[in-house]
Amino acid sequence: MNSTILLQQLVNGISLGSLYGLVAIGYTMVYGVIRLINFAHGDIMMVGMYFAFTGVAMMFLPWWAAFLLSMIATAFLGVLVDRMAYKPLRNASRISALITAIGVSFFLENLFLVVYGGVPKAFPVPALFGGAINIHGVIFPNIAIITPIVAIVFLLMLLFILHKTKYGMAMRALSFDMETVRIMGVNVDMIISMVFGIGSFLAALGGIFWAMRYPAINPLIGIMPGLKAFAAAVLGGIGSVTGAALGGFIIGIAEIFVVAIFPPLAGYKDAFAFLFLIFVLLFKPTGIMGEDLDRGRF
Amino acid sequence: MKRFLHILAVAVVSFMFLSSSSFAKEVKVGVVWPMTGLVAAFGQSAWKGAKVAQSMEPKAKDGSNIHLILLDNKGMKVQTANAVSKLITEDHVKAVIGAITSSNTMAGAPIAERNKTPMLTSSATNPLVTKGKKYVSRVCFIDPFQGLVAAKYVWNTLHAKTAAVMIERDQDYSVGLAHAFIKAYKKLGGKIVSTNFFQSTDQDYSAQISTIKSKNPQVIYMPSYYQEISLFARQARQYGLNQVIMAGDGAEAEALLKIGGKAVNGVTFTTHFDPHAAATPLAKKFLKLYYKKYKGQPDAMAALGADAYFVLVHAINEAGGHKATPQKINYYIRHTKDFKGVTGVITIDPKTGNAIKSAVVRKVENGKFVYVTTVNP
Repeated sequence: MNSTILLQQLVNGISLGSLYGLVAIGYTMVYGVIRLINFAHGDIMMVGMYFAFTGVAMMFLPWWAAFLLSMIATAFLGVLVDRMAYKPLRNASRISALITAIGVSFFLENLFLVVYGGVPKAFPVPALFGGAINIHGVIFPNIAIITPIVAIVFLLMLLFILHKTKYGMAMRALSFDMETVRIMGVNVDMIISMVFGIGSFLAALGGIFWAMRYPAINPLIGIMPGLKAFAAAVLGGIGSVTGAALGGFIIGIAEIFVVAIFPPLAGYKDAFAFLFLIFVLLFKPTGIMGEDLDRGRF
Repeated sequence: MKRFLHILAVAVVSFMFLSSSSFAKEVKVGVVWPMTGLVAAFGQSAWKGAKVAQSMEPKAKDGSNIHLILLDNKGMKVQTANAVSKLITEDHVKAVIGAITSSNTMAGAPIAERNKTPMLTSSATNPLVTKGKKYVSRVCFIDPFQGLVAAKYVWNTLHAKTAAVMIERDQDYSVGLAHAFIKAYKKLGGKIVSTNFFQSTDQDYSAQISTIKSKNPQVIYMPSYYQEISLFARQARQYGLNQVIMAGDGAEAEALLKIGGKAVNGVTFTTHFDPHAAATPLAKKFLKLYYKKYKGQPDAMAALGADAYFVLVHAINEAGGHKATPQKINYYIRHTKDFKGVTGVITIDPKTGNAIKSAVVRKVENGKFVYVTTVNP
């Protein structure tokens, strides 16, 4: 493998990893605050894709408007899901909430199967995201340049909200002790809804970028990216947004290099991503950026 | 009141029993096709074809209705096995049509075999599907032939001396067809410069594309399904990998054109059927009715779905209509000879259960499938 190919594979890895990271941030955000592994996150991402698809291909909106509307609509859907499915279980055991999340996941998948059918739809890719740039033989698809930038911008925005605003402070406080925060007069349900809104907004964003890179969408498309993003979030230290982004990059790059260096093993690359996760957890059970869980989060 | 309800319930139940056993004579046939999931387009196409076929021949010769019971296998192995099991043990079907892909059919086949119920697949082309089985048959050709046709086309028509192969590791269809192609292509004198693998749920092929590009083959052989091929083609063109992509019958679906867009222009594949090469009277009638119902041309999956139905009904007729046992139906499926179906003349080898048929080469031109040539076995 010469240096051009090596560099090319690194670019491929970063671009794939930034997609995982983008989805993983939303995952970890919800976990950090209410300790719920939201298994429906991948499906919320799928919903974001279909909303954007509907906007562009069926309502003929300009792509940026359709994308923005889709993200807002998906955020509202996230809030709705929280209010209807998770809120009644706020004081139930954690396993009940987890199983409910799986139920929500099945519900969304099947709802979209009924509405849109099982045949994959072609996601319309705006010209801006379609091309590629060739620098000394290394190809940079436009989308591969834009995705990491978007991932980092939204990560910074999220960190800003968490650390510099009152709502963020409430979110961080919630992650320590929900009851005390409630006693302090914070509207806990409103803050949790916000968390779900932001998480779903980010899932839709990740979904749209996913769909622009792999423009075949079907109602079951969220499952695998959802699992990978979950692995990324755990690898980075679940509950830490920076860790989630980092975990995404690591898994993306690792996957690409498994395929690049050992082509016959490419059929098992998902297994490698999860094996890698298991190994890291053996040595560092809280993940790379996972701090002492009693002290700080995000 | 309670007593009255009791009597009513008994009356309703007994009426249902009577009506199902003696009033309407019918032959139950199970259908296991993917209506959702990764290969949903195939199942939906095949079902369209089978519906049109059923409207042409809704009854067996003895006047009993052919009752199709459709179950969705989601394109997955476990669901296929469950569906075949349910159809045979709960619905007591006389025969099962399905599944579409080789891996799925292989998951359901042992159950049909164990229950001595015929299973007829419309489009599973891997040789292992029927191997060692007495009750599993098919109306399509098998992959060693398909691979040979592809290799000859690449060598003789495209004049390509080097090829790269993309294999979908967890699909028996892809693995089998790739090996058939590689064997035939090497025999002709061709050279495989790069062998790459991926799996069904993959959407990112950038690593494989970068590797293939560095080996610079003249053609890329990717025996896979429409979604994988269209995503691969899009990414390949983005990375400046512009060689012809050659594929198998799994490429043929409208979704390939829609998802692939401009990137799939030039994609060439071996398949079972082309409306323009339809020769038999049955095919012409089928095309007309299909157009009337769906305002379009049937693809290979639809034509094969119809053929599976026609061949099965023919066997049911020979076996004696609604009184026929599954074993007897199976005997006549296996002894199908010179049946003039939609996709051509079908003869099933009684020993192997495989059909011997000609193959068609089609390609994508300006966002449409066009006919290239027909190759006889």
